[in-house]
Amino acid sequence: MQTFGQQLINGLSLGSIYALLALGYTMVYGIIKLINFAHGDIYMLGAFWGYYVINQLHFNFIWAMLSAMVFCALLGVIIEYFAYRPLRHSPRITALITAIGVSFLLENGMTYLFTANTRSFPQVIKTVTYHLGGLRISNIQLLILGTACLLMLLLELIIKRTKMGRAMRAVSVDPEAAQLVGININHTISFTFALGSAMAGAAGVLIGLYYNSIDPLMGMTPGIKAFVAAVIGGIGSVPGASVGGFLIGLLETGVQAIGLSAYKDAVVYFVLIVILLVLPAGIFGKKTKEKV
Amino acid sequence: MKANFKYNISWLAVMVIGFVAIDACEFLGIINTFIENMLVTIGINIILATGLNLIIGFSGQFSLGHAGFMAIGAYATGIMTQTIATPLGFYLSMVIGIVIAMIAALIVGIPTLRLRGDYLAIATMGAAEIIRILINNLKITNGAAGLFNIPPLVTWATVYVLMCLTTIVTVNFIHSRNGRAIMSVREDEIAAEAMGINPTRWKLAAFVFGAATAAIGGSLHAAYIQTIAPGDFNIMASIAILIIVVLGGVGSITGTFVAAIVLGALDTILQNFGTLRMIIYSLALILIMIFKPSGLLGNWELSFKHLGIHQRKEQSIHE
Repeated sequence: MQTFGQQLINGLSLGSIYALLALGYTMVYGIIKLINFAHGDIYMLGAFWGYYVINQLHFNFIWAMLSAMVFCALLGVIIEYFAYRPLRHSPRITALITAIGVSFLLENGMTYLFTANTRSFPQVIKTVTYHLGGLRISNIQLLILGTACLLMLLLELIIKRTKMGRAMRAVSVDPEAAQLVGININHTISFTFALGSAMAGAAGVLIGLYYNSIDPLMGMTPGIKAFVAAVIGGIGSVPGASVGGFLIGLLETGVQAIGLSAYKDAVVYFVLIVILLVLPAGIFGKKTKEKV
Repeated sequence: MKANFKYNISWLAVMVIGFVAIDACEFLGIINTFIENMLVTIGINIILATGLNLIIGFSGQFSLGHAGFMAIGAYATGIMTQTIATPLGFYLSMVIGIVIAMIAALIVGIPTLRLRGDYLAIATMGAAEIIRILINNLKITNGAAGLFNIPPLVTWATVYVLMCLTTIVTVNFIHSRNGRAIMSVREDEIAAEAMGINPTRWKLAAFVFGAATAAIGGSLHAAYIQTIAPGDFNIMASIAILIIVVLGGVGSITGTFVAAIVLGALDTILQNFGTLRMIIYSLALILIMIFKPSGLLGNWELSFKHLGIHQRKEQSIHE
């Protein structure tokens, strides 16, 4: 029971990182049907930004995270403007290859500038471990969980309660009809990229603090896992992405805990395939009926 | 097959000329080991990408798991030729690799091909990763360290001949009744079904065919490079093959050839740039996609048949 509780805590902290990343995937996919392969690399850039501002400018944690969010949001908008916008009416597979190209560019650009070495992330917050009835919870785990939940709530509010959020939902349902009622599609899509990238930036700083190490290729695997999380939750659905993220995090730590850590990725993919076969649109996805 | 006999013979002639040309260059010393290496890589990439183009371009199914089937072929060769280190052993291992890859494709394909578009891509990617992780943890495959000292049973000539063979078989398959069935499923699944075509069956046929060519590519890769590790067959390997297909033009076998040659040459030229290499490569990729969204050749196909029809049309106009 005790190990179970402990793994639950570890899984939830890891899961909240995946959830934050999955939100970006799901929003972008929902609105322009693009698997944004570069999303994992924006998360990496967020971590590097945090590393830089904490080391060079001596920011505290809050400012480091907020500035990383702003930086990543800008970056997301710039990438969308230059790489994806010209391809909005091209075959989707073309846009996908462009996204992969952007991902390569960010990874290799960072490797070129900062070398491929792993760096240790400055620990701005001293790790304190609390013992609660035999369970060990570090303040960083609590911070990750708290920040992630706060950001997700904020996102949900933005999407459900603001004018821009309503525009986002409208564009994802039908871009042309949205345009007809006076929604600026370009602004809405830029805004979506900004929101998703900001989440990734926050996740980058949080993971730096949690794992204490960053490198230019750190975004690859979590990026793909987060996309899997978004698909499991039902791509295009915001609550689905959060649930999917937590599910993947828990699954991974659970498999590790029973001593099958070599197979943890295989289990994640297996669950993905099974869920897709049972619920082809994911857990929260909308089922679309096919009309003949 | 009979109707296309003339065109097949013409292509065969082109391939023989190509072989003689490369052989002559080799003899004259124009092709050194470095360039030969590049040519072999291009050849293997063509085999892999042709199979993937059949799946993506002609049957319209978006697969991201090609490297998994390639891994099966590579490991079949790697394991078998270590005990039977003869050319016969190599071909035997290739056949076994193809059979295992086809069985794996059936197991993966029957459930997942019900999914559409990106969901299928993610499911096939997951399946390929599962194959890789299994290889990574098995004893017989030597785990994460991989296999080395695989006997060098493959020369550029083997790769060339197999490349021609797979291309001819694939193109004839596409132009056959079965190929038309596959393309009709791509165009409109419901309409195809109304015409009495079983969509699942033909999607599966294309998928299994593609897996078989991937296994051939993997076998050649293992025997030529002589070292394989599970890391060589990760998602990035699948994506590298996908890039060739999309860059050349989805649904154009000629495009696949052009893209494989362009990327192979680009890669060799960029070797001189050291660390800047991948940056230039990715920039080139983004720019080509932005300015040529349907790939270098779109779905244009170099074909003697069309050239012949053109000439005849022109003649009739002149008459």
